[in-house]
Amino acid sequence: MKYIEPHGHMVSRTTDDYQKMAMAGCEAICEPAFWAGYDRASVQGFYDYFRQLTEYEPARAAKFGIPHFCWLCINPKESEDAGFAREVLSLIPEFIDRPTVLGIGEIGLNKNTKNELAIFEEHVEIAKKYDQPILIHTPHLEDKIKGTKLIIDALKNANVDSSRVVIDHVEEHTAGLVLDNGFWAGMTLYPESKCTPARAVDILENFGMENIWMNSACDWGVSDPLAVVKTALEMGKRKYDKATIERVIYDNPKKFLVNCPNFKI
Amino acid sequence: MPSKKDILDLYFMPARRDLIEIAAYLDRLDRHDGEEDFRVAGFHKALVALQNPGDKSRAEAVLLALSDHSESPIPAATIQGAFGAPDESLINSQ
Repeated sequence: MKYIEPHGHMVSRTTDDYQKMAMAGCEAICEPAFWAGYDRASVQGFYDYFRQLTEYEPARAAKFGIPHFCWLCINPKESEDAGFAREVLSLIPEFIDRPTVLGIGEIGLNKNTKNELAIFEEHVEIAKKYDQPILIHTPHLEDKIKGTKLIIDALKNANVDSSRVVIDHVEEHTAGLVLDNGFWAGMTLYPESKCTPARAVDILENFGMENIWMNSACDWGVSDPLAVVKTALEMGKRKYDKATIERVIYDNPKKFLVNCPNFKI
Repeated sequence: MPSKKDILDLYFMPARRDLIEIAAYLDRLDRHDGEEDFRVAGFHKALVALQNPGDKSRAEAVLLALSDHSESPIPAATIQGAFGAPDESLINSQ
């Protein structure tokens, strides 16, 4: 069954994962810039990371026949140091026109601080300046609903086109907020701290299948690069037909990614 | 679409497992010595929300019970991670 992985951190995954994803029917992988698990020590570290996202990962994915795309930003965790974050932001224009760049992401909030919010807003201005779509990370666990509300308020203040913004990692208490405000919603199938396959299908049943996608956000933590495919199986167990399943795991991400001129598959 | 029986057939056993897992976790917590922290109170609040979700779904009510409901950005992050339940004393001090 063909599918798109709209949010996978492949820099932290092995070629075994690329192989499995190819065998499972993955037709494209989109990789947002994110936290490496530690705070990078220099702006040059981000420069090298952006090179990895725009040069090396596409080449690595191509060996398995999978087109690889990326989003650029400084992640919310490292945005707390606003001065450092602004230096990283100044690198983005050099990379924004590279052929596999989709837009600005995954920007957002982590602990919902003033500096995080300021850097989020500056990212949004960069996205507007360069006419880029936006992929947003909402905070973890107890911080999620507060952060989602702050993010939506900031986006409304910035007058962004909501159809070009996907707010990721929604759960039952934030999905309605995101969708009712006209944004795309992403459900992340990440063990323990985000949605399970069963809950993701519940969210589809409760909130509909429009303007919503699923992703694995597989990274250096305990995570599953095949989570989207396994959730497709979950949909099959609930008697959804193949056309409906493919609509969610392939057509929906493709529909959003049409906003990104560089997304070509 | 599946029927209620289909849902029972698919999910009753995993849900039963998860329910026993919660019970065993609470027993485990009781059995070991030491101080509780805000996560215990948060979990109990979530259990009440599960049984009394009001006009919300149970999943939404549980997630809301485990959430920080303050509205303003905080001055600065003192940690990078999250705990899974709000530390009300920390929230009130910010």
